Amino acid sequence: MERSAKRDVVVTLIVSAILIAVMPMLIGTYTLTVLVIYGMLGLSLGLIWGFGGILCFGQAAFFGLGAYVYAIAAVNIGESTLPMILAVLLPGAFAAVLGAVMFYGRLTDVYLGVITLVVTLILFKFINSTAGPQYVIGDARLGGFNGIPGFQTLNVPGDSGAYIWGDAYFYVCAVALVIVFLLVTWLLRSSFGRIAIGIRENETRMALIGYDVAARKTVLFAIGAAIAGLAGALFANWAEIVTPNLFSLGQSAEIIIWCIVGGLGTRLGPIVGAAGLAYLKFLLGQQSMIDNTLIMGLVLVIFVLFLPRGLVPAVGSLWHASVGRTARRRPANRRMRRARHG
Amino acid sequence: MAETVLETAGLTMRFGGVTASDNVDFKLKARELRCLIGPNGAGKSTFFKCVTGLLTPSEGHVFMRGQEVTGWMPHQVASLGVGIKTQTPNVMDALSVHENIWLAARRFFTPVEAVARTDDVIDRLALGSIARTDLGQLAHGERQRVELGLVVVTDPWLVLLDEPAAGMSAADVDRMTGIILEMTRSAAVVIVEHDMQFIRSIAETVTVFHQGAVLMEDHVDRVMTDETVRRVYLGKKA
Repeated sequence: MERSAKRDVVVTLIVSAILIAVMPMLIGTYTLTVLVIYGMLGLSLGLIWGFGGILCFGQAAFFGLGAYVYAIAAVNIGESTLPMILAVLLPGAFAAVLGAVMFYGRLTDVYLGVITLVVTLILFKFINSTAGPQYVIGDARLGGFNGIPGFQTLNVPGDSGAYIWGDAYFYVCAVALVIVFLLVTWLLRSSFGRIAIGIRENETRMALIGYDVAARKTVLFAIGAAIAGLAGALFANWAEIVTPNLFSLGQSAEIIIWCIVGGLGTRLGPIVGAAGLAYLKFLLGQQSMIDNTLIMGLVLVIFVLFLPRGLVPAVGSLWHASVGRTARRRPANRRMRRARHG
Repeated sequence: MAETVLETAGLTMRFGGVTASDNVDFKLKARELRCLIGPNGAGKSTFFKCVTGLLTPSEGHVFMRGQEVTGWMPHQVASLGVGIKTQTPNVMDALSVHENIWLAARRFFTPVEAVARTDDVIDRLALGSIARTDLGQLAHGERQRVELGLVVVTDPWLVLLDEPAAGMSAADVDRMTGIILEMTRSAAVVIVEHDMQFIRSIAETVTVFHQGAVLMEDHVDRVMTDETVRRVYLGKKA
């Protein structure tokens, strides 16, 4: 266990170092940055849905909240370090309260989806209607559908004049994603992560073993929201404006599609799905022949029909099959089972 | 005399107009093995669910080792050191046998200790050949055995089993009988069961439920020959 954990970290570091070095030669860093940020957003839902079994229709709410918290705090404080921290903590705290209400209320499945969806809608409607001058937090005007432009963007901690932008900002985001990925890996290997997976598989059994299922789901939900909040803050820095569209239902639905296409229950899947589909959308946006939502819908349908487990698990089993490991193991298994029952 | 580990006083559970459990007084001593029998709808499983916290009784009290646990959540009851197995197999399908049992052990022991205990239970229950197989791929009897493993590994002082022999082959039932008898060395065991063959082979004291209430409570031989029991349970007409 220990050795495979170390190997995992080393492989992750090597692969991500290669990707960070090579990808800017293929795609501009400005586009890459947002792909990395979406990857982090995808990972946040992939963690709570794929490993915790919590299908949240409102992951965009935490993303948008992170972005708005950053923007409002940056306008008021004028230095980016504290706003970044707040943008992680506040969405996490908000999710902890929301999660506690839902999970201690024993809400499951579809009700969970409805509530998270409605919370997203409420935030969207609320922020949209804050155009008037009376809606201010400190020096920051919420600005309604126009959003908040012109806030302090990311700077070197302690020096508000040293902005981090362009290529440097891409590297910051990429490293942040690698760190979050490693933290998620560590979390899933820890007892907490393994218990979370147990809860995904069978809540009743885990409760009968003696685990406080509601508390554990609340904590996991908050961790997912904190990651989404960080992605939101990074997005705010990239776009240099935050608008209510961050909370839109389209955004929430897209995150779910990323997870399905990339592969639920894997760490890499949601990142690959997010970056891949966002890039596809970017390419489709450069032509006007076909409406790109049509293509996105088609991609989803094709995946659900032909690769229901998603891209990453499919590639994984293809790899195993070509190496021949699965081909040899399966018949042996079947023979053993027959012997035991025959 | 051994202490009383489980006691219910006037336990009543109503679903709308139906009284599924009716004023049940029940006492269980440490390291006792008790079987609960009764026809379908007699209230055995409702009683079971009220004791484990899966249902909150309408009236009455439940005590474990003298502590009132009425209305507790299942995870709180389990945390006292109570092992519970439900009627339908409740296991983590996508996880291996080893991981399933480890998760149960981890609740009460450190990660390292949990691994040692898991390996020990896998040996004792002869699960070695399937330790790395996912539960979803196992046969029903094996799944039942793994679920017993989940209960055994936590070293409970009270074990509650709802129909552990349901749908199992004779060989599987034999093996399980052995496991349960081993449990009684350190724990009191309550078994809700339908399989009379199995009850004859394992039980000493039997509690018979009928229409939500306790009909009689006696040694298995006397229960089996009792006229009233035969009438309500074995379907004999008077």
